[in-house]
Amino acid sequence: MTRQQVLDLYFMENRAKLIDLAAFLDRVDRATGDADFRLDAFKEAMQHLSDGKSDRAKSVLLSLTDPTTEPIEKAPGKGATGAWPGAK
Amino acid sequence: MRYIEPHGHMVSRTTDDYTDMAAAGCACVCEPALWAGFDRSSVQGFHDYFCQLTDYEPKRAAKFGLGHYTWLCINPKESEDVGLAKDVLGIIPKFLDRPNVLGIGEIGLNKNSRNEMKVLEMHVDLAARSNQLILVHTPHLEDKLKGTRLILDVLKSDSRIRPERCIIDHVEEHTVQMVLDRGHWAGMTLYPESKCTAARAADILETFGHERLWMNSACDWGVSVPLAVPYAALEMRRRGWSAEQIDSVVYQNPIRFMGQSPKFKLI
Repeated sequence: MTRQQVLDLYFMENRAKLIDLAAFLDRVDRATGDADFRLDAFKEAMQHLSDGKSDRAKSVLLSLTDPTTEPIEKAPGKGATGAWPGAK
Repeated sequence: MRYIEPHGHMVSRTTDDYTDMAAAGCACVCEPALWAGFDRSSVQGFHDYFCQLTDYEPKRAAKFGLGHYTWLCINPKESEDVGLAKDVLGIIPKFLDRPNVLGIGEIGLNKNSRNEMKVLEMHVDLAARSNQLILVHTPHLEDKLKGTRLILDVLKSDSRIRPERCIIDHVEEHTVQMVLDRGHWAGMTLYPESKCTAARAADILETFGHERLWMNSACDWGVSVPLAVPYAALEMRRRGWSAEQIDSVVYQNPIRFMGQSPKFKLI
């Protein structure tokens, strides 16, 4: 596809997603209390959207990922949070 | 359009879903064993589930003109209890000769624990001993990359395993290349809130090629869309894919992988 075709197909959908993202961050700002590790991880991942590099989707996924390599001793539960608590 | 749903947990779905899938061109559904949303209390619970997958559900699918195939295992979400897992692995061989059983799956990891690794290795050994195809679940979200690496290493360390007989499911942009590089098939799951959207799946197909990739809905009891595969096919058409190219991904590729089992025959 040409860039024009990509814009014609996807601009409006992603414009809406961009505004939704901004509204989500505004909502977090308006809320009270402390945020957990996910907010920092989210903001860190957002940096990859404007770093000018390619493979942004991969970079965002990697920034939200557990980078360790060894199995853990015991599963703490079954669910996943979407971000790695050890990231700083 | 014709397509195959290579990963759908139909025991969780309604008859309306079967009707919609058949109307959309689905030729058959393939159902890996899943976590029920709660831990089963004994091996007997798994026995009953395997009977459901190999006896009752194929009959239900047939009422809508759909073939039904299945994969058996204890899902990684229940693999922390190694004792129970051993008991479940003990009854699986009794079911492997059933006509709709294609292999062992969906095995893999969930939180990447040592016990999950032990149970994964036991499943891989069973598949190797009984010459079964393997369908692998990779972990969710932040655990996916690490889990995928660990799973690939387990498969590589067993010399009896032929990479082309294993599909590694739920790949995303950060895991697809390593799976393909090892010679395995890769599956993309189309979910509304996690895993891949249709647009991202099409991106991956266009970036990494579609020789050894399939798409599935993994529809189950959670937020999921049974028609996700035909919706993704529409997305591909919107982007200029030809009908033949779409067919090669949503119909021919599942046949090429699952056709490695002599039991896999379309009605």
